Amino acid sequence: MEALFSLVVGVLTASGVYLLLRARTFPVIIGLSLLSYAVNLFLFSSGGLRTNAAPVIGASLAPTDPLPHALVLTAIVIGFAMTAFVVILAVRARSELGSDHVDGQHGEEEGPR
Amino acid sequence: MATLVAPLLALALLLIQAPAVLAGDVVTLQLAWMPLLGLDLALRLDGLALLFALLILGIGTLILYYSGDYLSADEDDGRFLAYMMLFMASMLGIVVADNLLLLWLFWELTSIASFLLIGFWGSHSDARRGARMALTVTSAGGLALLAGFLLLGQAAGSFALGEVLAAGDAIRASDHYPLIVALVLVGAFTKSAQFPFHFWLPHAMAAPTPVSAYLHSATMVKAGVFLMARLNPALGDTALWSLCLTLTGLTTLLYGAWFALLERDLKGLLAFSTVSHLGLITLLLGLGSPLALAAATFHILNHATFKAALFLGAGIIDHETGTRDLDRLGALWSMMPLTGTLTLLAGAAMAGLPPFNGFLSKEMLLGESLETDVLGTLSVIIPLLVLLGATLSVAYSLRLMWRLFFAAPRRSREQKALPPMAVHDPAPGLLAPGLSLAALSLLVGLFPMALAAPLVQAASWAVQGEATLELHLTLWHGLNWPLAMSLLAIAGGVVALRQHRRLAQIAALFSPRDASRSFEAAVLRVIKASLWLTQRLETGSLQRYQALLILCALAMAGIGLVKLDTLTGAAGMQSLDAMLVLGAALTVFAAISSALSHRWRLVSILMLSVVGLMVSLAFVRFSAPDLALTQLSVEVVTMILMILALFFLPQRPPLLVSGRRILRDLVLATALGLVTAMLNYALLTRERPAIADYFLRESVPGGGGANVVNVILVDFRGFDTFGEITVLTLAGLATFGLLHGLKLFMPAGNVEGIRWSPQRYPLILAVISQLLLPLALLVSVNIFLRGHNQPGGGFVAGLITATALILQYMARGHAWTRTRLPISYPIVAVSGLAVALATGLGSWLFGYPFLTSAFGHFHLPLIGDIELATAMLFDLGVFLAVVGATLMILVNLGRVTTIHRPSLEEP
Repeated sequence: MEALFSLVVGVLTASGVYLLLRARTFPVIIGLSLLSYAVNLFLFSSGGLRTNAAPVIGASLAPTDPLPHALVLTAIVIGFAMTAFVVILAVRARSELGSDHVDGQHGEEEGPR
Repeated sequence: MATLVAPLLALALLLIQAPAVLAGDVVTLQLAWMPLLGLDLALRLDGLALLFALLILGIGTLILYYSGDYLSADEDDGRFLAYMMLFMASMLGIVVADNLLLLWLFWELTSIASFLLIGFWGSHSDARRGARMALTVTSAGGLALLAGFLLLGQAAGSFALGEVLAAGDAIRASDHYPLIVALVLVGAFTKSAQFPFHFWLPHAMAAPTPVSAYLHSATMVKAGVFLMARLNPALGDTALWSLCLTLTGLTTLLYGAWFALLERDLKGLLAFSTVSHLGLITLLLGLGSPLALAAATFHILNHATFKAALFLGAGIIDHETGTRDLDRLGALWSMMPLTGTLTLLAGAAMAGLPPFNGFLSKEMLLGESLETDVLGTLSVIIPLLVLLGATLSVAYSLRLMWRLFFAAPRRSREQKALPPMAVHDPAPGLLAPGLSLAALSLLVGLFPMALAAPLVQAASWAVQGEATLELHLTLWHGLNWPLAMSLLAIAGGVVALRQHRRLAQIAALFSPRDASRSFEAAVLRVIKASLWLTQRLETGSLQRYQALLILCALAMAGIGLVKLDTLTGAAGMQSLDAMLVLGAALTVFAAISSALSHRWRLVSILMLSVVGLMVSLAFVRFSAPDLALTQLSVEVVTMILMILALFFLPQRPPLLVSGRRILRDLVLATALGLVTAMLNYALLTRERPAIADYFLRESVPGGGGANVVNVILVDFRGFDTFGEITVLTLAGLATFGLLHGLKLFMPAGNVEGIRWSPQRYPLILAVISQLLLPLALLVSVNIFLRGHNQPGGGFVAGLITATALILQYMARGHAWTRTRLPISYPIVAVSGLAVALATGLGSWLFGYPFLTSAFGHFHLPLIGDIELATAMLFDLGVFLAVVGATLMILVNLGRVTTIHRPSLEEP
């Protein structure tokens, strides 16, 4: 199971990194999201992968480590704030530069302005 | 003149302490500053420090007095005096510091003050260049010195100077001793302009002359020899030490003297002669016998007096005639008799003529050079070379006096056409300091026992490390070898002066090798190399930066893997089941599809949402209900956001990329994915130490909640959460700025050219959303209230509320919703922050630290027993901030398409 979990994290990382290296803003945003999934899962797994062991007192006999959960919960919300900011930045960049290229190159090829 | 109060006051304080120090006591003052670093504000006043402090304050006072008349009225004398005082204070700091690190700090400060003073006339390019060169050389030496001090402190076990000096045997026995000596000497040699680091000093002559007199002859350049003298008890008395000092000193002595003889510039001559005399002092320190050390300290005193006087005289001549060219000057005696007297007195002392102070210390040097055996049997050459140096120094001193005051000026034809110079002695303000210093060199020569012996003796005790030597200074030693050598040097000097033209012809045979030019060339090469590197790294392409960043991450993670012996740890693996395999397969498929279909953007987003869903399910499976809830609600909001963004971005961008680039990215991505997977696997199969027990134990008694994750968020780590909602609110507020005045380009239809549906708000959605709203709000209240004891809490409840409200906007449009829900979301978000902050601050009222929580049980009718904690109030703040920020972001982006554009004025 651990091997499978790591494989999934690896694939998420690879897909995210591939998209991060694209030249257009939109794939970069998707890539960032994929990479945050990978990072969150990685962090989360550091507390151990256990079934039926929710860290709620009284709900299970041997609760799992709650600290990674708290960290990842924070990371998810901050990740949302970051994604939102980047999305809006991308919209603004296209409006300013007339292009969705990350370096602001190549003028707009399609769509009315 | 008010500036003089400070140095005079310091001088008075110093003289109060002087009798005790002269008797051999050490006066100290200790104040702890950064004890963990071994840095104390510790001062010590022993004989050596007293000698230097007297020079710094005494000559400093005279030179400040002189500067008042030297600078013309339109110059910024406030700035000048401030720099001079900065220098004076830091130089005093060097000599009285009782801690190596403190000493280094002041050492660097003198370099900075010297830089500022050399560059005082910053409009001249040679001033800027000279300042830069001096700073580069001396501060590079300063860095070497710091390294040397750190090693020295390690070897001695302390940075306190007293302990370092006492630990001489341990230091000399340590493995690092040669390295320490090398580093400390690089520091000292650069500061004291010893060969081959001498070249900055002649260029420093671009400074105003008072600066040259003070920093670059009397005091700062002596910091290097001071350091060698200071550390002599700790580092000296080894073959390595004496050899380095003797050879460097001899080379510098001869090199400086030779170039002083050839120099045409008045200040340049004095600068090279300073180099030469500093070499002489280094040589004496290298010889190392008690009398040689005493001679070194004596010569420090003598050189400072006569050289400062000579510089002050040179300043007068430059000031009055407007030139420093020795060939153009001449026959000044009849016009400037007082300046002439000054220069002749001090020049005779520099030449080492009796009965001046320079004669006394030179006799001691000649005597010691005959006694030494530093170079074994080769030591015979030392007196010969010293004699040569003495001859040269007589020659250049005589040349200086002869050319300035008696020889006829050499002038070109045009200059002859001009009327001859009509100059006169300056005001007493310029003359008095130089004359008193020159008189002092004569008086010290005449009455050495009364004026200098006690001071020099106390100083040499400090250099030697023990108070044994009884110093006897007299003008007349009887007929002996040193006297014969002195006479020989004087005769040789006169001959050399007569043959000056021939010597200059010999020197002209060698191509001039200007060390400063190679220095400039080296600086240019460094600039070029860094420019090359910068241009390679900074191409302006974000993709390239990303690739470099990922390469670095890959390297760092790779290092982690290399250190592992086996990939699979001791804990081993758990078994698989069908659900896990199915989930993993779906996630992998969705992630890869999302990456590959990035040009079909809607597909890419859909695939991303599948990944998000699968991640939430993974959280459910692996006992993280809070995470699953949060991930699920964030997922919804993110998808809405991305689809909105898609509307504003090109839907099907052209393919503008080479196959090679795709291959490179695939390789990078696969490599990083692989490394991450391996690291994660290695982590998962090992036992991990955890601090979970604390949280699980303390959650109910300490935080009053059974849901440990929520208790961590709102109680144990509440401060982190507060920071987090602040970031979220800021991101929301930033949307106002980013979307303000946005130029629109809204496509009229989709990528296939099909126009958008004319019905903007479908009826079914409108009806359903209206039904859903109260339900969703109910759910979110429930989730909020139970959050402390069961999965849920402010974050999740906030996101659910936000989603429910967003649905209204989507179903009915901005205008419709806005009239029914006239709430300003920035105010919601900020009041959320305020509530959280107030909760945290509230605990101060009860005398507890920030964010301490309190809780109790209450019985409410209908609902039953309920536990209320102040943490819940904090969670309310979180709730409000999340609702406000999320809605700000989404509503702002959404309404860009409508006539209600967001603007900066609104929030």
